[in-house]
Order: sequence, then C-alpha cells, then structure tokens
Amino acid sequence: MTPVAAGLAVELHGVTKTYGSGDAKVTALRGVDLDVRAGELLMLVGPSGCGKTTLISVIAGILDQDDGECFVFGENLNGMRDRDRVNYRGRNIGFVFQSFNLIPTLTAADNVAVPLLILGTPRREAIRRATEALDRVGIGDRGGSMPWELSGGQQQRVAIARSLVHRPRLIVCDEPTSALDHQTGHKVLELLREVALADGRSLIIVTHDARIFSFADRIAKMDDGRIVEVVTPSELK
Amino acid sequence: MIYVALKMLTGDRGKYFGILFGLTIASFLITQQMSIFVGLMTRTYGFITDSGLADVWAMDPKVQFIDDIKPLQDTQLLRVRGVEGVEWAVPLYKGILKARLDNGNFQACNVIGLDDATLIGGPATMLQGRLEDLRRADGIIIDQNGAEGKLAKRGPDGKPIPARVGSTLELNDHRAVVVGICRVSRTFQSQPVVYTTYTRATTFAPMERKLLSFIQVKAKPGLTPRQLADRIAKHTGLAAYTKPEFENITINYFMKYTGIPVNFGIAVLLGFLVGTAIAGQTFYNFTLENLKYFAALKAMGATNLKLLVMVVVQALLVGGLGYGLGTGAAAAFGNYFGTRTELAFRLPWQILAGTGAAIAVICTFAALLSLWKVVRLQPAVVFK
Repeated sequence: MTPVAAGLAVELHGVTKTYGSGDAKVTALRGVDLDVRAGELLMLVGPSGCGKTTLISVIAGILDQDDGECFVFGENLNGMRDRDRVNYRGRNIGFVFQSFNLIPTLTAADNVAVPLLILGTPRREAIRRATEALDRVGIGDRGGSMPWELSGGQQQRVAIARSLVHRPRLIVCDEPTSALDHQTGHKVLELLREVALADGRSLIIVTHDARIFSFADRIAKMDDGRIVEVVTPSELK
Repeated sequence: MIYVALKMLTGDRGKYFGILFGLTIASFLITQQMSIFVGLMTRTYGFITDSGLADVWAMDPKVQFIDDIKPLQDTQLLRVRGVEGVEWAVPLYKGILKARLDNGNFQACNVIGLDDATLIGGPATMLQGRLEDLRRADGIIIDQNGAEGKLAKRGPDGKPIPARVGSTLELNDHRAVVVGICRVSRTFQSQPVVYTTYTRATTFAPMERKLLSFIQVKAKPGLTPRQLADRIAKHTGLAAYTKPEFENITINYFMKYTGIPVNFGIAVLLGFLVGTAIAGQTFYNFTLENLKYFAALKAMGATNLKLLVMVVVQALLVGGLGYGLGTGAAAAFGNYFGTRTELAFRLPWQILAGTGAAIAVICTFAALLSLWKVVRLQPAVVFK
C-alpha cells in the first residue's frame, strides 16, 4: 500500500502510454496527472483519439501504462502480479460499456450476476443479489428477460446493475449514453448519480455527449494525450 | 462460471447444433466404418473360431489363410498323431464345391468334411437335426443363412422356400440329403456352409491325389498349444499354429493383400476430417463471435484459467454429446441392418474407445484454437 492523499480514489502521476513502434508509433497518453476523489463523478471529455479510452483502461487496470504511476485506492496496479490485478479489478471496479456487452444468451438477472459468479459467489446467492440490483435500477420485474427483449435504456440499466452488484468502489463508464436517445440518456445519468454514487463510490465517465456534462462533479478535458483542464460544469465554457 | 459457459454455448442454437452435428457425424462415421471393417475381418476367420475344440491347426507350410487350401497327403495325419503330446488329431476337409439348384443354377458352397468317427469341428449350434445325423446316408448339414438364402428353392409365387431337413441337393453331381440346419459365423464371401463327414466330402470333391486340407490337433494336459505346435512343426515339417495364431495369420492376409483396410481407413479418415472441419471451425467461429464477451468477462475479473475452464467445459459438453449420439446411432444402425441384411457389423469396446479418442482429438483441436484466442485477448478491447 502506497500512501495516498486522503479522500482520493484514483491518483495518476505522469502516466504515459504508447502504441506501436517506429513509424507506426502513436503516443496515446503524454504524462497525465489526475486525481479522482472518493464519491465524485468525473467526466473525461475530449475529441476522438485524445486518449480518453486509454486513460480509463489504465485506471481500470486492464491496460499497462509505459511510465508514471497509477494508484487506485492506494494500490499501484502496475506493480501487481497479473493474477492479483485481475482479482483486484474484479472486487473493486465496475464497468459500464458503450455497447452494454450483455451476454445475449443470458437473462438480465444472469447477466447482472456475472461479476459475482466471477468472484465465486454461489449462483443462487448471486441471482438474489442481482435481482436486488435490478430493483435498485428500476427494472426488478425484467430479471427473466433476455437482452434482446429489452429496450436500449433497459439494457443500459441492466449494465449499470451489473456494474454495481458486487459493490465496487469505482465504476468506469465508456460512453454510456451514446447508444441512447437524449431523454433515455438523461434518465441513465440520473440513475448513475443516484445509485452508483451512493456509499462513497467514485464514477469516471468517458463521454462526447455535452448534454450530460451537467451531471458531473468535475470535468477533465483531454487533448492529444494530456489533461488540459479540470473544471466544474459551471466553469465549462 | 460453468453455468455461464453452458448458457453461452447452448443459447446460440444454430452454432450449438452445428458443432453437435459435426461431432455426431464424425463419431457416427468413424464408429460405423470401423465396426463394418471389424465385422468383415471377423468373418474371414469365423470358421476357425467356430471350430472350438482343437488347440492347434496343422497344414501345408505354404498356406497363407484359412481359405488358401494346399492339400496334404493322408499319411501326414498319422505323422502328426505320432508326435508326443498329441491328445488327438483329426482330419478336416475344406473346399469350395458347386451345388446345383432346382432352377439349374449353380451355387458355390463351402464344404467342410469332419472326421467320420468323432465329428470334431462340427457346428456348435444345431437349429434342426443332430450332428450325429451326418452318419446317415448322403447326410449333410447346412447353415441357416444358406438354407434361407442361396440354397432356398423358389415357390410357384417366386418366394423362397428355405431348405430344411429332408431337402436334397446335388453337390458336384452327388446326391446329398439335408439332415440338419446349423448356425455358424457368416463366411467372408457369404457362401453357404455345408458340413458332412470327411469320407463323404472326399467323394463329393473332384478326384485329386491329396484331399486333406487341415489337421486339427488337441494337446495333452500340461502342454501348451504353442509348445505342441512347435513339436508338430519340428517333427513333421508342417506348419502348425495355435487357434489365435491362425486367426491372426488369416486376418493379416486380408489386411495385406486386399484393399479393404485402405478403403475403410479412408472412410474413417474422412469422418475424422469432416468432423474436425465442421466442429472445429464452428467452435472456433463461436469463440470468435463471443470474444467481446470473453473480453468483458476478463475486464470484470475473470482470470485466464476461469475462461479456459469455460472453453474446455463447452468443448467437453459438445464432445460428449456428439460422441454419445454418434456411437448410439452407429450401434442402432448396426443392430438394425446387421440382423436384417448381410451387413458385417461388430462393435467391440476398442472401437468405442478409438472413436472417443478421435472425438477428443477433434474437440481438443477446436478448443485449442479457441483457447489461443481467449488467452491472448486483451481486456482493453472492450472499450474499442
């Protein structure tokens, strides 16, 4: 455990990441410094290719940075053995994907139960907790539905329930509203604020969608692999 | 996670049945073709198996298999009887003779001449009459398949009338009377089998200087068949084989000098390749299409080991089901056609084990292709 500033969920210092080599070399992150506070909803915004997705991949522990330090709740993920990092990720981080990534052959409840099953929770208990999570996101009656029987908004609610079910301390969301209409997107963000931020949980959302910026506590603007500005929604020009 | 793996597999019905179909076809083809092959090969030495009492078969050294008759002088029988350790030795005639049928056609028959005194080497199962009835004038015993098939007469309506006790045949211009019907192993060429006494068989057979086909020998207690065979060979200059050895010599001849193993081998190989192609490719495609879900599972904390177990469980399920369905269908096929037609079909446990191994290889191949993809998968692709 490395000392970490009190109240910080994520602490990045000089994080760099490069893909490819030679002429094909692309630098995605150029010495990123960033803090995410506990209980905060931080949005990462910026043009396509600016490094947003790479940054949340590093924060979520699914991509190694080349240089710099990344502490998540005081743990340096880069220094962990693969197996420990996978376990740490499974216990502490929830994911909401752009295209939901619900397994089409599992019911909504089964999909929500997956993170618990990965952690070794017995299936009966996992389904019970999954049903509770679905209740919390307002679709407790759709647990037996297959993903293709649900609307886009309902599928994203299932994905949110899945990200919450194992009570992680950090949730990372990749463009959670891009596949949804404006009204549904707003409802999903309201839900994320209401449910996901509870219990001091932190939330990092990568988005292009300016219509949802107002839901953020802070907004980190990225460009060309750097954080160029961190502002509150009211400060946003 | 096994539950998730099984739901992922069985939930996509098209792919699931595609993989299952491929493995079932492979399993069926491999089992069926191997069983027919073994069935055919068993028929080549069926007569040796049926002649249960003798420990050793003595014959001309140039004989290559049971139907390769190179007659001996009758005096050889006395020489064999003179070898120490021989309990008894009896002559056996075996030859192909023509039977004239009512309609004027000729039918080649496998004629067996048994020792007149002991009738050793006769059929084990009599369906009509008794073995001793062979001592009646012109008596012959014919096998059930021959009686109901190639030796059956035709009624006025064209339907076959099976030969039975009392029916007469003309064997090489000699009258023969059916005194019994027996059940024996089918012969390789499916010819009717006709038993008679040695003396009568030699009168049925065309005049030749030598007519003794084989000498069947029993070892005295305390002497192994192999030891006795060595003694006979040493003292008489004849070839002498134990029963299992003679069966092997016969089967090896057919394996070596006929195209049967190659033809069946190709069919088995085709079954294997078809199964591998269909099941392997479908399983691999199934994994490819599910890669984004595997990546999501990895991101959510599933270790490579967990994902490997998922893929292996999926492969085991389709492999086990495909194997069961394929071998079951092959067994049903053999049971149905083996009892109603001339089909040679024999399904020993070794074939089931061999098919199981082949299906395991196909599944392992299919799973390995998929596992390679899954293990190398970067969870970060979930954000792409």
